[in-house]
This record gives sequence, C-alpha cells and structure tokens, in this order.
Amino acid sequence: MPPETGARSKLAVAALMVLLAALPFAADALGFPATTPLVTRMLIYAIAAASLNLVLGFGGMISFGHAAFYGIGGYAVGILFQHARLSEPLFGMMLGTDQFLLAVPAAMVLGGVAALAIGALALRTTGVQFIMITLAFAQMLYFLFVSLKYYGGDDGLIVRRRNVLFGLDMRDDKTFYFVVLVLTAAFFALVWRIAGSRFGMVLGAIRQNERRVAAIGIGVYRYKLAAFAIAGLGAGLAGGLWANYARFVSPDMMHWTKSGELMVMVILGGAGTLFGPLFGAAGLIALETVLSAWTERWQLFLGPILLLIILFFRGGLSGLVALLSGRLR
Amino acid sequence: MRMPLLRIEGLVKRFGGLTATDGLDLDVAEGEVHALIGPNGAGKTTIINQLTGELRPDGGRILLDGDDIVGLPVHARVRLGLARTFQIVQLMGSYTALDHVALAVQAHAGHSFRLLRAARTDRQLTEPARAILDRFALSGRADRPVALLSHGERKQLELAVALALKPRLLLLDEPMAGLGAAESAQMVELLRALKGEFALLLVEHDMEAVFTLADRISVLVGGRAIASGTAADIQADPAVRIAYLGEGDA
Repeated sequence: MPPETGARSKLAVAALMVLLAALPFAADALGFPATTPLVTRMLIYAIAAASLNLVLGFGGMISFGHAAFYGIGGYAVGILFQHARLSEPLFGMMLGTDQFLLAVPAAMVLGGVAALAIGALALRTTGVQFIMITLAFAQMLYFLFVSLKYYGGDDGLIVRRRNVLFGLDMRDDKTFYFVVLVLTAAFFALVWRIAGSRFGMVLGAIRQNERRVAAIGIGVYRYKLAAFAIAGLGAGLAGGLWANYARFVSPDMMHWTKSGELMVMVILGGAGTLFGPLFGAAGLIALETVLSAWTERWQLFLGPILLLIILFFRGGLSGLVALLSGRLR
Repeated sequence: MRMPLLRIEGLVKRFGGLTATDGLDLDVAEGEVHALIGPNGAGKTTIINQLTGELRPDGGRILLDGDDIVGLPVHARVRLGLARTFQIVQLMGSYTALDHVALAVQAHAGHSFRLLRAARTDRQLTEPARAILDRFALSGRADRPVALLSHGERKQLELAVALALKPRLLLLDEPMAGLGAAESAQMVELLRALKGEFALLLVEHDMEAVFTLADRISVLVGGRAIASGTAADIQADPAVRIAYLGEGDA
C-alpha cells in the first residue's frame, strides 16, 4: 500500500493534472462541450469512491452503506437551500443558506458525524455482520428520507440554483468543473497523506492482521472508527457537490444500489491504491455512458465487462495502468 | 517478601467438558527466565492466550505488579509491559521488516493519531527501528516485504517487534518452532543475549534450548504445574520423568 512516490509517479500525477485542467478547453475546441459535465460527474464519484476506499481498500472494512453519508451530504445542501429560499428557519433557529462555503462544509460535517455514530455501533462487529449492519443503517436512512414529505419524500428535492461561491458563475459548466476539480485534487492529496502517515500505517496493518496490531499495544477500534468518520466526511463532500451539480437530491442517493455502485468503482479501480477510485469512477461512468447510448439493455453488457476486468487484471484498472506503464518503460 | 512481576493464582479455563487450565499457580520474577514445558495438549498456549487477554479465564487471577489485569483488553496489557511473540508468526505480508518494528516503536511511543506527516521517512521511528533490527541478522533485509523473508527471519522479526515494545515481561510462544538446527542455535544465542533485560516466560518444546536458557522450569500436565524448579531439579524429579520426559527422551 505504499502511496505512489518517486519521480516517475510524480510526473504521471503532474501530467494527469495538466490533462484535467486542459480538458474543458479541449472539449469546447473539439466540439464536445458535453464532456465537461460528464467528467465533473466522474470527479464527484471519484471523491465518493476514494472516501470508501479509505475504509474498504486501506482499512479492509467492507462497508456496504457508504451511500448513506453521500446522501446526507446531498440533503444537507438541498435542505439548507430550501430554507434559504423560503426564508424558513430550520429547527426553529437556524436559517438556511445558499453559500457554497457554508453548505458544503456542513455536508462534510454531517456526513462525518453520521459516520461516527453509525461506525461506533457497526465497528463492534466484523465480517458478514459488519456488512449487514452498515447496509441496514443506510437503508434506515433511505426510508427515513423517503418518508420526509416536507423535503419531497420519494420525489426528492429540487435545488433551483447552485450554491454561491465568491462572484463565480456557478451555472457555467466550466467554472463548476474547476471548483470540483480543485476539491477532488485536495481530497486525493489528503488521502495520499493519510495513507503514508502513522495513522495510515496502523490502518494498513489492521487490514492485514488485526491480531498483530493488538499485540503491539494498539486498540484497533479507535483507528477504525476515525477512518470510518473521515470516509463519511469525504462522502458528505461528494454528496454536497452532487446536489450542486445535478441541482437535485433524492433518497436514491442513499439506496443500497448506490453503495454497491461505489464499491464496484473501488474494486474496479483497484482497492487500496491511491488513484484506483478515480480510474474506477471514470471507467464505470464511461462504460455506462457508452453502453447506454448504444443499447437499452446496457447493463447486460456492463456486468460481463466488469467481471472480465476484475478477473483478469489483479488490482483492477490500477493494475492495468501499472502493467501498461511497465511495458512502456 | 517482594511481589513477583507476574503472579498467576488459581487460573481456570474450560472448553466445554475439557479443563485446559486447572487451577494453575505460577509466578515470574523480575528479569527471570521461566520456562513452561509439557506434552502437547498440556494447555501451554491456552495459558499464554489468557495472559495476553485473547482468552478470558473462567476463574483465578493474573497479577502484574500486584494488579489484576484479567479485565483488561489485549492492547492495554501490552501498554503495561506485557508483550508476546506468536508460535505461528503473525505479520503484515505487504509491510517490510522495518515497517513492523517502526510500527511497534510508534505504538510504544503513544497514540498514532498523526494523519498527515509521512511515517516511513520519520526518523523518530526509523532510527530506533533500525537499531533494533541491527541486533538481529535482519538489518540487511529491513526493506523487504516480510512475504519475501524466510521462516527463520520471520521468527526473528517477531522477536524484534516485541523488543521494540520495551516489555517488562515477554511471553515467548515456541520461538524455535519450525526452525532448523542452525537457526535454533542462533535464536538461543539471541535470547541469551537478551537475558536480564526483561523477564521471559518461555513456552518451548526444544529441551536443549530450555535447559540452556531457563532459570526456572515449570512442568505442565493436564493444565496444572506438577513440578517447578531448576533444570537439575526437573531432570531429577521422578514425577516429571514418568509424566513427561519418558525414558531417554531428555
């Protein structure tokens, strides 16, 4: 699990950043302006998948309820916006907000707090029980939001305008893309630092041998819980960005199939690698987009493709990238 | 009388109908090497696991410095100075030998809630870790993933990790198990060099090693100590000869 370091990897990361920064301009020049929102979507999912990767890939905790924190982040932005628009106080005291710098941090904090609460209970179990408990909590939240008629219930909640950030024109796809890109880069940098830190070394050790970690005097629970909460924070960020991107939130953001989708992204990209979630999110969304343009029964083809990649490339798309760059050497 | 470092009083552990530990009394003095021997199934590993906290005894007390530690979890006991090695090595396959020892140094130093600074280049961790590895034949292989180390090297690493915890009492669960003659001799040398730095409770089948290292030997049969004394006492004890050593086996 050593995070990618060395001159070659630094060069690759720099190239990736340049590529992503140039992308909206290239998309316009080449006459494919729809590429920019598509890649925005990939980046938002990359954050969500990277946050899940922190627990699933680095920490070895198979959380099957990660979409709950993603949905909470989305609803944080949606609900705050609705109260700001209607000038109705929230919980009788707070006003809503349409400010990006308030709403999105709120989404992160709420995602983190929810993860702390759910993790505190779920992490007392391991294995299949842990998978089932995280799934159960997420589904409880899903049904809670389905029942909240005031916030649209089943139909979801429309966010009429994107949050306000300085004087930026957030309606512009390119501007919004860069906001998301900066936050994506920041979150991946955070994951990179965490993975290589003392905390990250403990987390990686817990994944590999919990018994050994206890035997060197480290109580594993606190570390797992902290990782779980940080992951919830990241998912909340992704959810908050999604609410801005789609200008719509619904309980589907928390549905167990969404948790499954995030897991597929992590595994497809390569669990426990730094850039795996980015490759996984981009790969899955690209496949969906291409296949669904081609046929209505796209899922019938998506499944076998995913199976083949996971079966034949150890380490998913990250493994594939490493293989190709090894060949080029 | 001075309180021994570790005192076990009337320890009982049952698995269904089987009594694995049957009212065991045992103590280990500060700096002493106390060996625990006995035939297979005598309950040696069960005792180790109760001392570390992985198993909860059904009765009796385990006193470390006079305080009962039975209610404490595994990691808390380690923090009190009770370290162990595993009979079947327990390591992290993708981590290097240095990673393992550095992690132990970090655990001993206190909490590990440092989220941003790189650990692998942190000299506060790597320097003490390398110093410990230098005491073993591992210093040349410090930067290899342990999956690539030999069995003997992994056994040594188990010991190096325990050493980094600066224990007061180290529980050694069959440190020679699976080692060749040369590796065993090396391990005995290593342990002999450590003698006096901390107390050792040694569980081992290799009688030569036990007789070389131990200050005191207790013989365990059916979950209780049937004899306790120096190597000479034990070899002369008729009950031990019948129950354990057998004819010409010693």
